[in-house]
Order: sequence, then structure tokens, then C-alpha cells
Amino acid sequence: MIALVVVSHSEQAATGIAEVAAEMGGDARIVPVGGDPDGGIGTTAPSIADAIERAARGEDGAEAVDGETADGVVILVDLGSAVMNAQLAIETLDVDYDVQLVDAPILEGTLNAAVAAASPKATLEEVVARAEEARDYRKLD
Amino acid sequence: MTEDIDQGAAVEAAVQAVADRIEAEKRYLTDLDSAIGDADHGANMNRGMQAAIEAVADATDDDPASLVQLVGRTIVSEVGGAAGPLYGGSAMIASKELADGITAETTVAFGEAFLEKVQDRGGANVGDKTMVVALTPAVHTYKKSIEQDDLAPLAALAKAVDAAQRGVDFTVPIRASKGRASYLGWRSVGHQDPGATSTLLILEALLDVAEEHLEGPVEEDATSPTVPDESASEGEDAGSDDEPAEDGE
Repeated sequence: MIALVVVSHSEQAATGIAEVAAEMGGDARIVPVGGDPDGGIGTTAPSIADAIERAARGEDGAEAVDGETADGVVILVDLGSAVMNAQLAIETLDVDYDVQLVDAPILEGTLNAAVAAASPKATLEEVVARAEEARDYRKLD
Repeated sequence: MTEDIDQGAAVEAAVQAVADRIEAEKRYLTDLDSAIGDADHGANMNRGMQAAIEAVADATDDDPASLVQLVGRTIVSEVGGAAGPLYGGSAMIASKELADGITAETTVAFGEAFLEKVQDRGGANVGDKTMVVALTPAVHTYKKSIEQDDLAPLAALAKAVDAAQRGVDFTVPIRASKGRASYLGWRSVGHQDPGATSTLLILEALLDVAEEHLEGPVEEDATSPTVPDESASEGEDAGSDDEPAEDGE
């Protein structure tokens, strides 16, 4: 089972994106995270690391699937410091599951990833590939 | 060189001085950042450095490497922006270079490791209107002043500050191609980069503290005609060409 973490500078945006994605991939475990320590706009590495661990364990608000530990966690990010802080979070974690940051538009990528991750047999590679397909989406012909 | 206990006190004084300087210039940094960024650099840096003062005051291990590592970790936790991983994450990694205490050799190694991590993390080069534009000439000038010109660390640091100032000035007329300012495209031209500015402020505060803890006067005119002036085309492989001696004392 693959879990998702959605990182935005705005906690509300991260939560909203997770909600939109959950409509399509309702069985996927999606943990939103964002904001600076004062509740303002920003991202921090420790809060992202914590979200990764919660996503993997299926605790604390994440949609738990029998409390099963995830085989991997896929991270979707918005801009700039979210990328750097997510990378730093991955470096500081010492865990026995795979964690991968994907390069995709955050909303479309999360939605795609959630649809893929809703299947309990989905692999990390499949979820990442589905998320990154969103890079090529056109909204108008 | 001084005892570890004095070095711990010097690091603590440095953290306080940097925090004081950032606090005093908080509004200035935020004003710079509101012109070409997201207007949070002053508040973010101030939050990080104020937390660092408390963390250092409560620290049990007071050797320089542990303290700098702690400062880095605190900045990573408290700064909700790119400055967190860039300043804090880089300090965490580079702190290892201070394992043998603070010497001319270890501070050169620290500067190089810090610069390398900033460039690696942010992907920015000297021409990109970021903190790298101030940090690169500062680290290069410090290294050259110590290793080739055989200057005392205090004089070398004064030259590094001067080099950083030139870097900050250079950020004004160029277009941003990294970071939030790059979203503005040509509108970023004519504005001074906040990250390069905070780098200069930190170096200036460190020089002030070094003057109190090291002997010997600083040169009145720290500007050196030998300071390299090829900043626009250099910096891709900073730190990889000349490895400093690992066994410096």
C-alpha cells in the first residue's frame, strides 16, 4: 500500500487538494501538511517528516487502512521551499519504507496519485508514474 | 587557539549577535522581500534566530560543532521558507567541519561545505540573484585570504564581508532566475536580493563578534585589489577544486 503526502505553503490548500483527490481516490491514505510554525504561509522540513511518518503508519487523521504500515510514501509539493523542505525531510528520516518526491502539478498530480494508490496492490513506481503523467495534461485543446 | 569552553561561548555570542542584527533589520529584509518575493524573509529569519538563542542557551554540548549543528536544526524547524533548508540545513551539514574546534583551517572548510550545500540544495549559481551571489565571493575570498595570502582570520573575514557586499550590490541590476523572485521575470531587475542581504548581515555580525574574540586590528580598508572579480561566470564547482586539509588542528 502506498500513502501520499501533500505539501503546500498553505495548510488550507494542502487540505483542500487532499479533499479533491479523495473524491476520486477515496481509499488512498492522503496526509496534507503546510504552513509555518506561526500558522502563516510556508513549509518546514520537520512538519513534512512528521506527515510522512503519519502517512506511513496511518495514524492521526490519515485515512487508516487497518493501521497497516505503508510500503512507500509519495510526496507532492507546490513551490520552491516546499521542494527543498521535502528533500530535507526525506534526508533526515531513517525509515524502512521508500519515500519519493514527484515532479508534478500538485492538484492534478495528487488526484492521479490518489486514484492509483487506492489500489492496495499499487507499487511506488506506479503511483509516481501516474502522478507525473499530470505534467502533460492540457485543460484546453 | 582557545579552549573549547571559550569557543562555545564565542559561538553563543555569535548566535546572539546574528540574531540581534537580524531582529534590527527585520523590517528591511521584509521590505526587500515584498518587492520581489513573498514578504516573509525578515519575519522568518527573525523567528529562526530568536529560537536559536534559546536552543543554544539550553544546550548541554557546548563544543562549536554541536552548537552550530543545533542552530542549524533549530533554523530548519522554525523558518517556514527556503531560508530554513538553505541556512539551517547547510549549517547542519557544514558543522561537521568544526569538529576540531574553530581555527583558520576549519572555518575555511566550514565555509566551503556551507556554500556547496546551499548550491546543491537550491541549484543556484552566482548569476541567479540569490544568496549564492553574496556567499560565493565571501567564501572564495576568505579561503584565498587564509590559504594564499596568509592573512589572519580576522582580516580574512573582513575581506569576505567586503566581497559579500559586492555580491549584494551585484544582485540589484540582474534578473532573477531562481527562487520566488524568478516568477517576476524582468520586474525583478532593480531590486536587491533579500537572501543575499541576509547573508551579508550575518557575515557582518560574525565579523563584529570575531573582533571581540580574536586579537589584532582589522584593516581599515578591507577592500583588496586582488579580490577576484569574475563572479558572474564562476561558482559552478565551488568547493570541489581545492580540498582543504582534513587534519587541521
